[in-house]
This record gives sequence, structure tokens and C-alpha cells, in this order.
Amino acid sequence: MLKHALTAALVAALLAPAAASAETLVFTAIPDQDETKLRERFGKVADYLEGELDVDVRYVPVKSYAAAVTAFRNNQVQLAWFGGLSGVRARQAVPGSEALAQGVEDAEFSTYFIAHKSTGLTRSEDFPQGIKGKTFTFGSKGSTSGRLMPEYHIRRVFDAAPQDALERVGFSGNHSRTIALVESGTYEVGAVNYSVWDSAVANGKVDTGEVSVIWETPTYADYQWTIRGDVNQRFGDDFKDKVREALLAMEDPELLQSFPREGFIPTSNSSYDNIRETAKKLDLID
Amino acid sequence: MPQSPTIRTSLGFVLVAAVCLVFADLAITSINPWLEMGRLLRGVVTPDFSSPGQIGTALLRTVAFAFVGVGLGAAAGFVLSLLFRFRIVRMVCAFVRAIHELFWALIFLQFFGLHPLTGVLAIAIPYAGIFGKVYSEILDEADPTPARILPRRVGVLSRFLFARIPDAWPHLRSYTSYRLECGLRSSAILGFVGMPTLGFYLESAFGEGHYDHVGALLLVFYILIAALRLWVRSRLVPLYMLAAPFFLGTGLPIAWGQAVRFFTEDIVPNPIRQGEGLVALWQWFADLMVNQALPGIGATIVLTQIALVATGALSLLAFPLISRHFTGRITGTLGHTLLVIARTTPEYLLAYILLQLWGPSMLPAVVALAVHNAGIIGHLIGRRSNEISLRPGAAQGRLERYGYEVLPRVYGPFLAFLFYRWEIIMRETAILGILGITTLGFYVDSAINELRFDRAMVLIVITALLNIGVDTLARRLRARLRLRHSPTCES
Repeated sequence: MLKHALTAALVAALLAPAAASAETLVFTAIPDQDETKLRERFGKVADYLEGELDVDVRYVPVKSYAAAVTAFRNNQVQLAWFGGLSGVRARQAVPGSEALAQGVEDAEFSTYFIAHKSTGLTRSEDFPQGIKGKTFTFGSKGSTSGRLMPEYHIRRVFDAAPQDALERVGFSGNHSRTIALVESGTYEVGAVNYSVWDSAVANGKVDTGEVSVIWETPTYADYQWTIRGDVNQRFGDDFKDKVREALLAMEDPELLQSFPREGFIPTSNSSYDNIRETAKKLDLID
Repeated sequence: MPQSPTIRTSLGFVLVAAVCLVFADLAITSINPWLEMGRLLRGVVTPDFSSPGQIGTALLRTVAFAFVGVGLGAAAGFVLSLLFRFRIVRMVCAFVRAIHELFWALIFLQFFGLHPLTGVLAIAIPYAGIFGKVYSEILDEADPTPARILPRRVGVLSRFLFARIPDAWPHLRSYTSYRLECGLRSSAILGFVGMPTLGFYLESAFGEGHYDHVGALLLVFYILIAALRLWVRSRLVPLYMLAAPFFLGTGLPIAWGQAVRFFTEDIVPNPIRQGEGLVALWQWFADLMVNQALPGIGATIVLTQIALVATGALSLLAFPLISRHFTGRITGTLGHTLLVIARTTPEYLLAYILLQLWGPSMLPAVVALAVHNAGIIGHLIGRRSNEISLRPGAAQGRLERYGYEVLPRVYGPFLAFLFYRWEIIMRETAILGILGITTLGFYVDSAINELRFDRAMVLIVITALLNIGVDTLARRLRARLRLRHSPTCES
């Protein structure tokens, strides 16, 4: 009896995936902020794309930046909303894949350094030297605005690795959590995506008496939609162009507001060359 | 110098831990650690059950992954246990069980992706290694007499089935059901890396500060485990086993080409892939050792030794909570509940929570490891102490009774249990690195984040070797101190 049960278990476990439909466009996004928010936003995106593309579209939430890249690489998702660094990694792992579109804001994105009020740090134009010796949290290890760029600037100014220049260094996991951890004083300073911060402030989710922006980094290119190179074989000729057009034509204010982006503009792989060079300098990619 | 080798060994461990304290970072860095703690506690005592569908799915998936994973692990482990006399089988078992479920999951995620197979194998493979070892120990201890008195012409299989198994059966069954409880915890934790189990929802709820959802999820999980004996009946188990695979969810289809590429490309060290020669390979390896492996090993050992002694101390404080020599009916029930909560809460989850409350240091990990493991050891020692009948005229005062009557008689088993948990604590310590404490898991997680699976594999193998080393050391110590053997305490 037990043996039969086990055999059945194994067979069922192996057969289960066959049930999933073959012609569904599956996409994911890096989990850069609260999951509820992402589900809401990308649920709407899935509906929108389904209407424009005439295929089933499904959004799959993942738990880490690495999982998003891996799913893209394994062709378990064909399209993804990546950050600068995760996009570079994904396109390096999947030859032929292409950055299709970025948000209007993403061409000139930036990172805020935020600090708890107890630090006494205030906003400045120049890099805040006062963070030396403070506890500091990045976002995810794989984040552009939450890790790559802030680490770059910390190394540039202090000429030392963050863990040497700062008292303690942590990785909160995502931008929402960075804000929460600095607000509660678990860390004194943090690096956060400016857009996530601005909308958290606009929605009254942050007590700006407890935590405030002390510095804004120079701008760089960030988020983009990236698609696999082999989608045309699977979904039909010019599928890639259709996806690009659909993304660029996204005009529903509510949908755009959920990102939040003014709209989407065309981009290309080379827009992220600087990000790739920076990541190489920090030995985050080979 | 104390005479008893047991005492000497204990003091040795305390001394090592004291030295480790010098290297450890145990500060609470959070500016207001209790504010968030208060919010969390308020949420946990006012659980929000407004989305029963989500809680139900989370539980169903958790149970399904546990059943399929533990079931496959038990079946494979049983086969391995029959071959356990071969050195190679013993080595394979030791190796696969030295790698934590979450590490297995992180590996399988690379080529099966978010497919149920990832979660199932992440449980089944290390569990097979554990089952193989423990089953073989149980079978070895079975009374050999029935087999000896059978006529010579009786075949090997019949001899095994009718003379060996019946005597060992109750032990096999009780151990397997104990592992099922562990399997439920493992299954829940796999949610943290993306499997659709309890941890998936816990992580989201926690990350967003929805502590009332956290409370609801934790509460149903405690009830599920506390009521294990009520819903897991031996007659129902085959039914559960049959049904479980259908409740794993579909996940995403597997791209089989990835599995091949993982072995032929991804885990091949980068200098070899680039054809840069042996010198470059050595440089690569040396860099990895100096910058990641050695600091990781150091932190892992420091944290393990402190957590081990903390676990021991807390266990000795905790076991009277369920010992009839120290509690009445009501206090005993309360103590029991407390210990069940302590051991049901996976250390990974506890460390995750405490890190957010107290800030980044080793302290959250030490506390989490000590609480969880003391819950288990306290439970086992408490039960053991209940078998003791006190001498007539034994001391009446509780403190005297504890010090002069009970403790000396449970100290041997206590040390045995603690040494069993040593390797487990180390395995868990390594994994806590994923949460940001700089043990080996931190570097593994970073390497995986950077898609450098070559580095990740080297670090995982180092972690496994470290665990095997500690396991061997613990076995030697147990043998030298002649501590009695009891396989069911292993996890």
C-alpha cells in the first residue's frame, strides 16, 4: 500500500506541470517592494497585456531578485520588469534577450540616502560624510537603487568597502522594508529607491518626523521591461514588437500611477552599459 | 579540577563559548527595539482570520509538501538503510543530510525553478540521508533472536520481513512520525524562498507589518502541529500520501535543458569556463577561501558554539516546566504549551523576526537557536525525568530536589541530546546567514544572487564538510563519555 502511494506520489509530482498551458505569456517582476502592492499592479498589467496581445498572460510573484532572473533564464517567464542590475544579469544569462521599454523616470533614476532623526543628519547637496560609523541598510543584495549605486558612492567617497566604512551593514530585502527599518531605528541610515520613497511619503506611509532624506545620488538608468529573444518562435512573428508597442501604449492613468511612471519609452540593452560597468567594478558580475 | 569527565567536557564547552563571545557581536542596535516588539505581540494576540482562503491554501500546501517530501525521503532512506553497511552509502547519507533543506531548495530553484519538485526534493533528499542512518540504527538494535531461530532455508526477504521488521516497527513508525513534524516545519520554511507554503505568506505579512495576519498564520500552524496525533492516524497515512501530490500546486513548467546546463556550465568554476588555466583557477579558489569561506566558517563556528551552550543552559532551565517533580497539573500543561510553541517555531522564522526587532547582530540568531532547540531538548529531558522515582526521604525543597536528585540523573541523557543537536545547530547557523548574519549562508546567498553558482557550490560543500566534521566530533565525544544512544531525538 505504502509503495503504491509513493509511486503515485512520484508520478503525480512529475506529471503535474504538464497541466500548465503552453501558450501563456508568463511574466514576473523583481520584488522591490510590498508584495500586496506588486500583486495589485501586475495583476492589472496582466489584464492589460492580455487585451492587447491576444494570448493568456499571467503574473508570477517571486521572493527574490535572483529568483526573478532565474525564472527568466529558465524560460519559466518570458517577460520581466527588472531593475538596472537584474536586467543586465538576465540579458547576460539569456543571449538574444532585449530591453524593450523603460519608464520615463527610469532614464534618470536616483537613490535617496535616508536617516533616522536620532543621527542628526540633515539634507545636503554633497555626499553625507556623517554616515561613517553609522549602521546602514541596503535594500536587496541584487538591487540597483538599493545596493549597486549606493555601494558605488560609498566606496568612491570612503575608498573602502561598506562593511569597513560603516558600523554595520545589512540588506533589508526591499525598499519598503528599508524605509520601515530606518523609520523604526533598527538601522540609522538606509539607501532607498527615490520613487518608492516619494510614493510612500505621498500616501502617508512614512513618518517624516522620524526619517528623512539626507542625500540624492546622481542619476542613472534603472527599471526596464526585458523580453526573451525566442518569444517570436513561440508566440508568432512580431510578437516581440507587439509587446513593445503594448508597453509603450500603456496610457491608463491608474495603471501608470501604480508603478508609478508617467509612461513608458523605448530603450535598448546599451542604455544599461554604465550599470554593467559599475557592477563589474564592484565585482558583482563577472 | 573536577574529576568527572562529563563535567570536564561541559566546562570545556562553556569555556570555548566564552572565548567565542569575545569574537561575537551580540549588540542590540535597534534604537527602539520594544516598540516594534509591542506591535508584533499585539498582532499575534489579535489574529486576523479575514482571509481564510489564503490561510487554508498555505496550510494545505505546507502539509502536502511535507507528506510528499517526507514520504519520498522515508522510502529512499529505507532502501539506503539496508545498504548502510557499505561505506559509500554511509558517506552519501552523511553528505546529503549535512546540507540544509533551504540550500537544497536554492540549488533546485536554479534548474527546476518554481516547480513543486524543487520543494519536494529539497525535503526528500536530506531526509533520505537522515532516515537511512536512523533506520539502519533502529534495525541494528532490533532483537536478533527471532531471525536466529528461523529455519535455515527461510529466504533473506522473509527473514527480514517477518523476523526483523516486526520488532523494529514501532520504533520505525514513531521516528517517521517525529520526522513528519520536522517535515512540516521544513515545508513551512521553504516558503521563504518562494515555495507556496506557509513561509511564503508569513514573509509577505511580516515584511508589510501585517502582524495580525502573522498571528493568524502562526496560530493555525501551532494548532496543526499540536494536533498532529489527532489527524495523522496510521490508517489515514496512505490516504494522505495518495492525495498529497495533487495539492502541491502547479508552479511553473520545468525547462529540462537548464538542469543539464547547471551541471555542465553553471557550477564549473569561472576560470575553467573561460579557459584561463590552473593558475587562474587557484587564484579564484584562494580569493573565495580568503574573502568568503574563512570569514564564513569563523562566524559559523563562533555562533554555533555560543548557541550550543545557550541551548544547553536554557534546556536545563526549561525541562522542569514539564517535569512532574516540579509542576502540578495546571502548571505542567502551561509548561507543555510553552515548550510546544518553542519547538514548533522554526529557528529561521524566529531569527527573522528578532533581526527586524533588534537590529543586525548575532544575538537574534543565538536566541532563536537556543529557544527552538531548548524547546526540543527540554521536552525530551522533561519526559525522561518523569520516569525517575525519587528516593524516599528525598529533598522537599524544589531547588534541592532539582540540584541533588533530578539533575544528576538526567545530565547524561541531556548531554547526549545536546551533542546530537550540535550538528543540527551548526547546519541551522549556516542557513541563518541568508537572513544577513555573516555565517556561511550569507556568502552562499550572495553568490546565488550574483548568479555565481560555481562559488555557491564550493561554499555549500564547505558547509557540508564542516557539519560532517562536527557530527564526527560529537559522535566521538558521546562514545568517550559513554552517553547512551537514542536515535529518536535527532532532527
